[in-house]
Amino acid sequence: MSTAPIAISNTIVQLPDQTTATLPKRNYINAESGMLSWLLTGDHKRIAMLYLASITFFFFIGGAFAGAIRLELLTPQPDLVASDTYNKMFSMHGIIMIFLFLVPSVPATLGNFLIPIMIGAKDLAFPKINLLSWYLYMIGGTLTLAALVLGGVDTGWTFTTPLSTHYLNTHVITAASAIFVAGFASIFTGLNFIVTIHRMRAPGMTWFRMPLFVWSNYAASILMVLGTPVLAIALVLVALERTIGIGVFDPTKGGDPLLFQHLFWFYSHPAVYIMILPGMGVISEVISTFSRKRVFGYTAVAFSSVAIALFGFFVWAHHMFIMGVSNFSALVFSLLTMLVAVPSAIKIFNWAFTLQKGSITFETPMLYAFAFIGLFTIGGLTGVFLGSLGLDIHLTETYFIVAHFHYVMVGGMLMAFLAGIHFWWPKMTGRMYPESVSKLSAIISFIGFNLTFMPQFILGYLGMPRRYHAYPADFQVLNVLSTAGATVLGVGFLMPLLYLGWSLKYGAIAGNNPWQATGLEWQIQSPPLTENFLVTPIVTQEAYDYEWLEKKTKQEVTTVG
Amino acid sequence: MHISPVLWQFLVKWLHASALFPAEASTIAPYTDALYFFLLLITVIGLVLVGALIFGFSIRYRRQRNPVATQVEGSTLLEATWTIIPLAIFLVVFVWGAVLYFRIYNPPANSMNIYVIGKQWMWKAEHPGGQHEINSLHVPTGRPVQLTMISQDVFHSFSIPEFRVKREVVPGRYSTVWFNATTPGTYHLFCTQYCGTQHSGMIGEIVALTPEDYEKWTQQSTSGMSLAQNGERLFASMGCNACHNGTAAARGPSLAGVYGSHLTLSNGSQVLVNEAYLRDSILNPSQHVTAGFAPIMPTYQGQISEDGLIDLVEYIKTLNSNYRVQQTYVTSQSNQAAPTTPSEMVKP
Repeated sequence: MSTAPIAISNTIVQLPDQTTATLPKRNYINAESGMLSWLLTGDHKRIAMLYLASITFFFFIGGAFAGAIRLELLTPQPDLVASDTYNKMFSMHGIIMIFLFLVPSVPATLGNFLIPIMIGAKDLAFPKINLLSWYLYMIGGTLTLAALVLGGVDTGWTFTTPLSTHYLNTHVITAASAIFVAGFASIFTGLNFIVTIHRMRAPGMTWFRMPLFVWSNYAASILMVLGTPVLAIALVLVALERTIGIGVFDPTKGGDPLLFQHLFWFYSHPAVYIMILPGMGVISEVISTFSRKRVFGYTAVAFSSVAIALFGFFVWAHHMFIMGVSNFSALVFSLLTMLVAVPSAIKIFNWAFTLQKGSITFETPMLYAFAFIGLFTIGGLTGVFLGSLGLDIHLTETYFIVAHFHYVMVGGMLMAFLAGIHFWWPKMTGRMYPESVSKLSAIISFIGFNLTFMPQFILGYLGMPRRYHAYPADFQVLNVLSTAGATVLGVGFLMPLLYLGWSLKYGAIAGNNPWQATGLEWQIQSPPLTENFLVTPIVTQEAYDYEWLEKKTKQEVTTVG
Repeated sequence: MHISPVLWQFLVKWLHASALFPAEASTIAPYTDALYFFLLLITVIGLVLVGALIFGFSIRYRRQRNPVATQVEGSTLLEATWTIIPLAIFLVVFVWGAVLYFRIYNPPANSMNIYVIGKQWMWKAEHPGGQHEINSLHVPTGRPVQLTMISQDVFHSFSIPEFRVKREVVPGRYSTVWFNATTPGTYHLFCTQYCGTQHSGMIGEIVALTPEDYEKWTQQSTSGMSLAQNGERLFASMGCNACHNGTAAARGPSLAGVYGSHLTLSNGSQVLVNEAYLRDSILNPSQHVTAGFAPIMPTYQGQISEDGLIDLVEYIKTLNSNYRVQQTYVTSQSNQAAPTTPSEMVKP
């Protein structure tokens, strides 16, 4: 094994000699074989892979609906599908993308795989509950598909009453129970993470030595455990109102139709932080690794995650500024919304300054991370437009909202997910993805994304309402641009599926630490052993301690040589 | 070079027909746009700043130029800077937005009132003078117009992008919005809250007319019966006047002049009598019993349409004396006492 190359290349990848390199003889993938060994596994890494396969499946179903929606909106006339079908398509797109892709995306795959390893544990605290969580997710997914196959549901992902309870004749209960069940999957994941992070850290792994990825997943877990039950309650009430008419949301029975929205957004606003926080954790790891420098202001970044989780619970009514909530409660929620924007700004600047004085290279995960920072900045700042009371009146319920949350969720979260998948792919599979084609796909996604959603900001300010099957002809040009962008974006998202699949067999052998990263997960073999560590590591260094890594590498080389 | 004619047309259309922001057609619009452009400016500055940092550092500290990273812990001063400056900007935006919000949602006292009913999938507008419209709304320019809106079924939302106003139309509850149109013209009216199958068909037009044209329009389009007149009929036919007739022995409170007054209820609380209160006390009378009266009024839930309720509310609003109530009451009593008409008589 050679020492770090003195000749400076524009990459930090250090792969073992490919002519002699082999995958480790024993690892979690080949530890047992057979379908059952996967379906009954307790290994957090295998469960993570199960999750990865299933969320990818649902992502492409949700994506197909997005494509169909954009195709319909190519022309102002409602000509491709019937109105009911269109309504079912955007409902399914939302339900699948949010509950079956975004919420579990990073925590259930990367988090499941990495959190135990990052803190030096052999597994999560409750391996069987972890497996149960995947099964619940699959039941939720199956029920969603059942609702789809039986004829669909057209409530929108928001299930607004009294539309969902009294006026729609579609499979609302099936879809609601799907989300109800999938919600428990996320509660169990959150519970597992919280207990694991509290109780199972290796000796010496103090709270402030944990990687920021662990911090952000911890914050997201708290939101999952505290928020999701409220969603479950809201959905049960919808089901009861639909079936036996208990009248909680029905004004003629003394109920309050707005109550549902309070309950729903009490979960669904924190849910956007459940989705984005783990992504922010990925970005911290990636930026640090590819600038070979510790994260600037570690404590500030860690605490900003916690602050987002905390404030995130008290801003839900900003979804209801025009609904006739009292003017003064609107004031309070607007103020809190402004406060929750600050920790995100802090993170952005800390990431930017992590680059300063670093030694930066631009591998695919880094490109995705840059895309994240740019797009999330736009997504975040347009959130301030909406948090501002007077402007929200004009912008809410239009395509401005659609563009805003896609900038945060796709531009932010999906880019972070792809950054993470590329970054840890060598660790998860033991093989490298092909670098140049993946860089190309990152650039295609970035361009396609902006072309899709930038016109939607303008459409929104022009007043085009969301969830419209047909629209006035004066909006067509921008819609054509958006649909064109969606096509490019689709290509950008299909490419990783293909080349990552290819790399499973043909990718270069990655070795333990191709990125020369500092995390504990990079100090063990790739793919890891089922038990992760042969001996429990004793942690003496802080996270992102590149000097420690350098010393360690030197020692290893001398002992081997 | 040859450009495909389709693409060419598309580009021409794009350059000519596509606005980047809608026309400003109300007094509110310039205020909203000012905040919008301020926030756009902040966004551009923020984006340029972040972009400059990312690209600047990426070029300056790329591996070829800076092979060895210098480890830095962080800087409290910098952390404080990028906490306080964004916070300050966001607080300015908060105050600005709040002022705008109160301006948009607090109607001036002298505004004229039009009722709007949303239902799957149409908008009905009811002018006090008895003009009824579907999926269109005629308003005068230069005069504040308040809309009192209610939904007959699900949530809808009444949006006029060119006026920069929007308000949710809620089932079972009046919500209001106001605007002062400045430029005569025809503008989009959208339902922006997803409301079922024909959500995207629940659109219409707002026609802003000069005061003279508006005057002409009102005279030409009246149904001949004002809302209050409809209400008076309904009041009599529902038998409201049997109790609410203002006589000494009446079992219900007199309604003359009740609108706008402060009422003491039997549970001791004080309420301001407005449209919402009137509507609510017709539908849920037992919740709103005026002090000194027995809770004997039956509920009219499900018996009067939202249109009918608006008529009744308008009628009660205009009621200054009980003279006509009593007249109608006496007439209806005498009608009952009148001999039955011969059965062979052809009914009108």
